[in-house]
Amino acid sequence: MIEAEKLTKKFGGRAVVEDVTFRCEPGTVTGFLGPNGAGKSTTMRMICGFATPDTGRAEVCGGSYRALPNPGRRVGVLLDASAQHGGRRGREALAITAQTMGVEEERVDDLLGRVGLDRAAARKRVRQYSLGMRQRLGIANALIGDPEVLILDEPANGLDPEGMRWMRGLLRDFAERGGTVLLSSHLLHEVDAIADRLVIIGAGKIVAEGSKDELLSDAGTLVRADDGDALGRVLAGAGLEAREAEGGGFLVDAEPRAVGAAAQGGGVALVHLAPAGDAGLEQLFFDLTTDNGKEAE
Amino acid sequence: MSAHAIDRGDLNAAPAGRDKRPGLARLTKVELRKMVDTRSGFWLQLAVLGLTVLAVVITVLAGHSEDKTFRHVFSNALQPAGILLPVVGILLVSSEWSQRTALISFALVPERPRLIVAKVLAGIVLALAATVVALVVAALGTALASTSAPHAWSLPLGLLAQDIIYVATAMVIGIGFGAALQASAPAIVLYFALPVALAALGSIHALKGVIEWVSTAEALEPLTTTVMSGSEWVKALVALALWMGVPLVIGLWRLTRRDVG
Repeated sequence: MIEAEKLTKKFGGRAVVEDVTFRCEPGTVTGFLGPNGAGKSTTMRMICGFATPDTGRAEVCGGSYRALPNPGRRVGVLLDASAQHGGRRGREALAITAQTMGVEEERVDDLLGRVGLDRAAARKRVRQYSLGMRQRLGIANALIGDPEVLILDEPANGLDPEGMRWMRGLLRDFAERGGTVLLSSHLLHEVDAIADRLVIIGAGKIVAEGSKDELLSDAGTLVRADDGDALGRVLAGAGLEAREAEGGGFLVDAEPRAVGAAAQGGGVALVHLAPAGDAGLEQLFFDLTTDNGKEAE
Repeated sequence: MSAHAIDRGDLNAAPAGRDKRPGLARLTKVELRKMVDTRSGFWLQLAVLGLTVLAVVITVLAGHSEDKTFRHVFSNALQPAGILLPVVGILLVSSEWSQRTALISFALVPERPRLIVAKVLAGIVLALAATVVALVVAALGTALASTSAPHAWSLPLGLLAQDIIYVATAMVIGIGFGAALQASAPAIVLYFALPVALAALGSIHALKGVIEWVSTAEALEPLTTTVMSGSEWVKALVALALWMGVPLVIGLWRLTRRDVG
């Protein structure tokens, strides 16, 4: 269980994270989605006790992270896969973590196998690792203590498609056994494939939250007609909020029923009318990214 | 391969001992391991061992016959450890930032001062080990020199204790510099440059009175050469308190106040 309540963090007067509240329940994988610089890492660092929130609080396993006596046995953390000593061998890096939290060192070899790092890779110094290998090492590091909560910042970054599939299986299995997972990404398709709940953050604020189905049902209607200009006029005339969608047509902030009725009233023949679904989610995320870009200028 | 072969079925069924805080003894062992398991740590310590042997060989081959006493050979044998081991101490702390392993270390041990205490303890253990190695190498060298100098094998116990204090405190000062600066290069440069700068200031007549209390070159020099008098001890303790205390306090303050990124 992870709980963030009204977390706010300011750097130099500017709020990097503002009033962020969400919960991750056992048995679920929560995707923490947002463009780069939206405040994902800062939020995760506050949850893990690395950064102190200006206001608000975060709890993991029913208390503050820093109050956990042996946090590694309850919470597996991967905040940055490249944060490893380059001069240390992969296996040794895991052995240190195991020893610190009091786990038998044999578990290290099991985990190396489980994350797909073979003997040769385990003997290499971490400096020679690719980003994908570092992610695998970082995930193994997070799993050593057999925790009930996983907090992973951009774990899919640098993984190839096979690696993505592997991680999806691993995290789904973890959640099915009652574990709680929070993972962040700046790419929609990464979390879309793994998470069953999404928390979307833009410019430090939560902008959307819910199960994928809930978010999709809020995503509006995608409508297309051969005569696009006429359709645009009709939608505007009916007082429906519509934007041009990528790949033609309009994304309308209304139920398909209302859009269809408006088209009929205006005498425009439609070639496509359906809930926006993935296209709507992508549009929502795209808007966030560009809004954020504008604000940064 | 089934995941269940490794992990328990239900993650929320707590096994015994899961909420036991890692003890200081275990953390110290981990820090000792961190000092030797990196490429830089390994080579630095090999260099200390090599230079220790070299110092003994040179003393035995090239020294005057009255210098070939165990006391003198041991004093030379200890110099490489006294100079280079603090760098291992600096790196033990500063690498947590330069290699960014603090993101792992502090996730496992959120009470950050305990981690620094473990590092200091590990540094002292390494200093003791280095002293033992220097004793053994010096004894071998002295035996091979088969000197006829009077009191060839005498080593006052007080001097041995002072030698141990010299190496151990040098190590702790290094750890303090690493903790205060949180970056390897500035910590190493300042660790070596500051004492030299202070000693240079000592040549200014008006400052001489102050410098002899705070300069490691002046106040700590007698530690390895003579059994110290009371007034020498006072100066040494003042200098040590300053050189160990100030960096460690700054380091602990930064560590507990600042966010880790």
